[in-house]
Amino acid sequence: MDTILQVRHIGKAFEHNQVLRDVSLELDEGRVLVVVGPSGCGKSTLLRCINGLEQIDSGEILLRGEVISGQRKNLHLVRQKIGMVFQSYDLFPHMRVMDNLLLGPVKALGRPKEEVRAEAERMLARVGLADKAGVYPRTLSGGQRQRVALVRAMLMQPEILLLDEITAALDPEMVSEVLNVVLDLARDGMTMVIVTHEMRFAEAVADEVVFLEDGCVVERNPPEVFFHRPETERAKRFLQSFDYAPRRRAAQPGANTAEEQSAP
Amino acid sequence: MAPALTGAFFVRGWTMDWSYIAAHVPDFLGGAWVTLSYGLIGVACSAVLGLLCSLVRVFRVPVLRALVRAYVELSRNTPLLVQLFFLYAGLPRVGVKLSAGACAVVGLTFLGGGYMAEAFRSGLEAVDRSQREAGECIGLTPLQTVRYVVLPQAFATAAPALFANMIFLIKETSMLSVVAIMDLMNVADTLRTGGGRTIEVLSMLVVAYVVILLPVSLLATFAERRMRFAGFGRQHTV
Repeated sequence: MDTILQVRHIGKAFEHNQVLRDVSLELDEGRVLVVVGPSGCGKSTLLRCINGLEQIDSGEILLRGEVISGQRKNLHLVRQKIGMVFQSYDLFPHMRVMDNLLLGPVKALGRPKEEVRAEAERMLARVGLADKAGVYPRTLSGGQRQRVALVRAMLMQPEILLLDEITAALDPEMVSEVLNVVLDLARDGMTMVIVTHEMRFAEAVADEVVFLEDGCVVERNPPEVFFHRPETERAKRFLQSFDYAPRRRAAQPGANTAEEQSAP
Repeated sequence: MAPALTGAFFVRGWTMDWSYIAAHVPDFLGGAWVTLSYGLIGVACSAVLGLLCSLVRVFRVPVLRALVRAYVELSRNTPLLVQLFFLYAGLPRVGVKLSAGACAVVGLTFLGGGYMAEAFRSGLEAVDRSQREAGECIGLTPLQTVRYVVLPQAFATAAPALFANMIFLIKETSMLSVVAIMDLMNVADTLRTGGGRTIEVLSMLVVAYVVILLPVSLLATFAERRMRFAGFGRQHTV
């Protein structure tokens, strides 16, 4: 299988805060890599470095064997191949859903509008939003907005999709409608790097899990190993933080994500 | 209080001289046309200048940024009258001779540009940084991102301030008489000092300005409301 993305020993500091110390990864085509770790461990920064939203201080990043880090000029050409979806959706509020979807493919890729529109309609239908093409984003729920954001990224036909805690701002009942779309994409062979706090989802979607702490890769394993018999003490402690000891009655299955509960 | 005075006022039986007004309507129409043309040209030029200046500031273009700052402060903190005198009476002394019309346009643009720059800047700064990132993440160039993502939102936010500046600038054309432009103010002044009937002339002047500016004000309100209902500019909760 072809290696699509290589991250080699990258480091990144903001002022005196060394967020990434030495991170290396590689990703084969069609695989899903899930990055987990405590808050502030550098997960989001890692994704932002991969698509050039942040410049790295050391190391290099290669897309299909070509170095993409360190250049500033044609970043938009790199980003056309690397899609990214954020926690805060970031749909364009002044455009209707369909215009949000058309902007990238039509203006950045120069594809014919009608062709993209047909494709956008198909994908909206696929994520259950066929009737929302003509509305403004602010009339949508969080889960609907995030599904639109996923479609917007996918319409660029990226080689890799980066997902940065895309359900962290959602109400619990909306999380699954978004994650099911992601699982669907994974089944279709989309190459993805996913940062998430949803451990059950991580286990379901991942081909490989990377545990990041303090800017370093601490453990890297297939999900069945990482979630059930993690090799490092730090990963064990991290995973334990998602379990609550039962008090008067048995703990409810599923109610296990402390960080989501505190998210807005 | 001073019965003699008030008495005298009423006893004289002062009435509006409508025939005088009717006779001078064409003068005021001419003046109104001049006022409106200079006003709109000034607004258009200062909007373009202001937009460029605000982009320089918001995107932190080195060197230019400092120049723009200096310009904005200079333009906002000097009266138009002084700016016009400088252009009309000052510059010819150093060999730069501008026609009255050119002085008027340059003066209005110099003044308006500073105000427009600040209005656009407030709009641009109100657009979340993540919007720019989202635009760039779908492969748009920085310029495309500004054009399709940032500017439309900035414009909607800045609209009330921009329209206020527009009305302000059209009113400022009343200063143009000092560079011998025959605008409304100058027409009225010439009639009055030439022995015309003061109250009639000044009333016509007031009416003329309202007739010009009221539609602009109403248009501004209409445009703001439309943008708001379309979801523009409204803080959407994330």
